[in-house]
Amino acid sequence: MVEYVKGIPIMRPYIDQDNQAYWDAVKQHKLVLQHCHACDLYLHPPRPMCPSCNAQDTLEWKPSSGKGQIYSFVNFTTDRMAYPAFKLPYAVVLVELEEGVRLTGNTHQIHPDDIYVGMPVEIMFEDMDDDMTLYRFKKRDG
Amino acid sequence: MLDEYVSRKYRDDWRPPVDANLIKNKVAIVGIGQTKFTRDSQRDELEMAVESIKAAVDDAGLKMEDIDGMEMFTIDRLAMPMVISTLGMKNIRFTSEVSFGGGAACAVTMHAAAAVATGATNYVVCFRSLNEASGQRYGRGDSYADYMLKAVTPHYGYHWPFGFVTPLAWAGVWGKRWMHEFGITREQIGWWPVVLRENAQNNPNAIYHGRPITHQDYMESPMIVDPLKLHDCCVDTDGACAYIVTTVERARDLQQTPAVILAAAQSCPMEQEIQTIYSRPVISGLVETWYAGQELYRIAEVGPDDIDVAQLYDPYSIGGIIQLEELGFCERGESGRFIEGGDNIRVGGKIPVNTSGGLLSEAYIHGFNLVIEGVRQIRGTSTNQVDNVELSMVTAGPGVPSSGIILRKD
Repeated sequence: MVEYVKGIPIMRPYIDQDNQAYWDAVKQHKLVLQHCHACDLYLHPPRPMCPSCNAQDTLEWKPSSGKGQIYSFVNFTTDRMAYPAFKLPYAVVLVELEEGVRLTGNTHQIHPDDIYVGMPVEIMFEDMDDDMTLYRFKKRDG
Repeated sequence: MLDEYVSRKYRDDWRPPVDANLIKNKVAIVGIGQTKFTRDSQRDELEMAVESIKAAVDDAGLKMEDIDGMEMFTIDRLAMPMVISTLGMKNIRFTSEVSFGGGAACAVTMHAAAAVATGATNYVVCFRSLNEASGQRYGRGDSYADYMLKAVTPHYGYHWPFGFVTPLAWAGVWGKRWMHEFGITREQIGWWPVVLRENAQNNPNAIYHGRPITHQDYMESPMIVDPLKLHDCCVDTDGACAYIVTTVERARDLQQTPAVILAAAQSCPMEQEIQTIYSRPVISGLVETWYAGQELYRIAEVGPDDIDVAQLYDPYSIGGIIQLEELGFCERGESGRFIEGGDNIRVGGKIPVNTSGGLLSEAYIHGFNLVIEGVRQIRGTSTNQVDNVELSMVTAGPGVPSSGIILRKD
């Protein structure tokens, strides 16, 4: 579960030429991942060349199932080290997707104390603002 | 990706031949200097920088005009020309800055050593000055609101929108995974901060001198970002450190016992971000520390059993503890058991670590205080001196492109 403190802006994703398609898809409530079809390799973060074959014309965007498992996590419990736009406590989870790519995000309707490594989760989207959509992770049946 | 790390087999067939290494045994650290370490210096970083540099020049028995090279961190807030002009250094012919924050702690030594070894310069001073305790604290979550609202490093754009800020939290994610994979307990982790705090009790310059803690104090200390507690965190410090690098030949004419550089190495393995190293096949280890360590051992032609004392960069307890595994002082996944009770890492133990109190209990001068302590162990002047030190290791920040050095007696 994540709740925000009103009046403090949330830091925005950094959008550049290399990840524009990733965040455009998020805006449409879809998750896409960069993939090199020559190497059959997923790349995250997205980049302008496949580091395995050094090709630039083999990169494509593939839809992701958005399903995965919690690989690791932290709980923010004191205001000293937390970002003030978030109500305490809040968790950040590292999710390993079925494609093998790992993403960080907040959780939806999961109490920080109930999180465990291996918990099955799936992605969901939330429009934060007219021009910012983020994702978070909710429980799913394993 | 990272095949050498995953298979734990470091190849040496494609690396520069050891006998062509111009740094090995040919360069030394000859002067060290520091300011007082405090929580509120009431002074600016320029004033502390020049005080520590002057102290290093005096310690070496040199004159200010002898210094002809300068080396610093890119993230230092000082302008190097102002430092030079304040000190009245008339002969600077070589300058360099190294990136990656604490990962550069020994990279500056290596770059300075390369410059003197190739004859580009005679004496290079390396320094770091920061008001991390009283000034702008990048370790604190709330400071991000003021100066880091827009992601300045692209990969943070995947993390910051989720309130995922501060090095402590980024490390907590790989730390939690390490605890999960190897069954590491909080009780085990607690021995690292406890032993370092003991070391600080003999070091009058340590921030936590006179403030010992017990293992129970550790266990009862507040959680900051689960899995890390208050005593797992380094001590934000105001202060500066400096040291001088020159050739062994010149070092022998100076007043101090030279700390000869047996090996110096940098590492920047694949998928290296700044702490958020989550795209690697393994995140429960410190890949960059392993690569730097393997390269140090290859160049030095020694192994972990030959190292007498080590200063391991510990911005948080786990960052130091996991290095014990990656540098071969214990088996992979065994560091929790290895530090239980603390004897293996105390002076007199298998591998004494962070003998000045380290970043947790002496000071956080971005690893420069660890380099200085590594030199003291060679000179025999540490306040927690290990007997008969031949080889003294120092490492730099984990989770970032990293570095390390092995010092030896002349």
